[in-house]
Amino acid sequence: MTLDEFFEIGVPVDIGSHTFDAAAIKAFARKYDPQPFHLDEDLARESVLGGLCASGWHTAAAWMKRNVDTPVKRWTGQGPEPVFGPSPGITNLKWLKPVYAGETISFSRTALSHRAMASRPGWSVLTVRAEGVDSTGAKVIEFDSAVLVKVA
Amino acid sequence: MTRKTWAFEDFVEGTSIDLGARTVTAEEIVEFASEFDPQPMHLDREAGEASILGGLSASGWHTSAIYMRMICDAFLLDSTGQGSPGVDRIKWKRPVLAGDRLGGTATVVASRPLKSRPSLGLVTFRSELVNQRGETVFEMENSVMFLKREAAS
Repeated sequence: MTLDEFFEIGVPVDIGSHTFDAAAIKAFARKYDPQPFHLDEDLARESVLGGLCASGWHTAAAWMKRNVDTPVKRWTGQGPEPVFGPSPGITNLKWLKPVYAGETISFSRTALSHRAMASRPGWSVLTVRAEGVDSTGAKVIEFDSAVLVKVA
Repeated sequence: MTRKTWAFEDFVEGTSIDLGARTVTAEEIVEFASEFDPQPMHLDREAGEASILGGLSASGWHTSAIYMRMICDAFLLDSTGQGSPGVDRIKWKRPVLAGDRLGGTATVVASRPLKSRPSLGLVTFRSELVNQRGETVFEMENSVMFLKREAAS
């Protein structure tokens, strides 16, 4: 097994779905994003978003939960099993459509590429495309996430 | 609508907004991670110390959510804000450890009216969060839509 096979480069992996009910949308928003359209149905209807919808950070965090809970392939290559570490950041996060109360989002991840880190021998940076689509198949979120992986 | 302090026109390029300060507790780190990012370094002090992060540390998504709350309290809730289309980039530059006290700024780097929606403008911010040791832990570039003053009154 190569690292490309282990990471499943280019292969979209279904990581499961998450339903955003109104109570959870409001609970997240009260702590981290108390804008009216995440807290109150009536105020949300009057806003540009048109209805109670999840904080974009709530949607992103739900992707992360599904991602962490979905195992990677079993390592059958030479040498030690690669170990996933923290993320140095993300790029191109787009909230393409509001996630309205009651909506179920199906999430996926696709490993795009990996490269060895010059600054940290033995570690590589893996880039993963994250996506979420709603029940109509419309994409609601996408971003590219980097993650450090100890490969040697 | 109650008159808001901040409308689109008030976000002049170069304006820098202080985001106040907030202490990140071990309890909230574990609470957020349990729900959204259950990796050992975000859940357990010993596992955090054994990791390259060097201690119980907040999920990067938690730090991002804390940033969101800080901009809400600093200006967004008292603005004509209408949501955000996205984020160009986030850098989680250093771990946010339990007990860290974060301050920060959001600086307006661009501002333009939206052709497709004449009542709105798009403001681009460059933001950072800094810990009590003066180290930048978080950097972000993102855009937020705001109603123009006339459309909000």
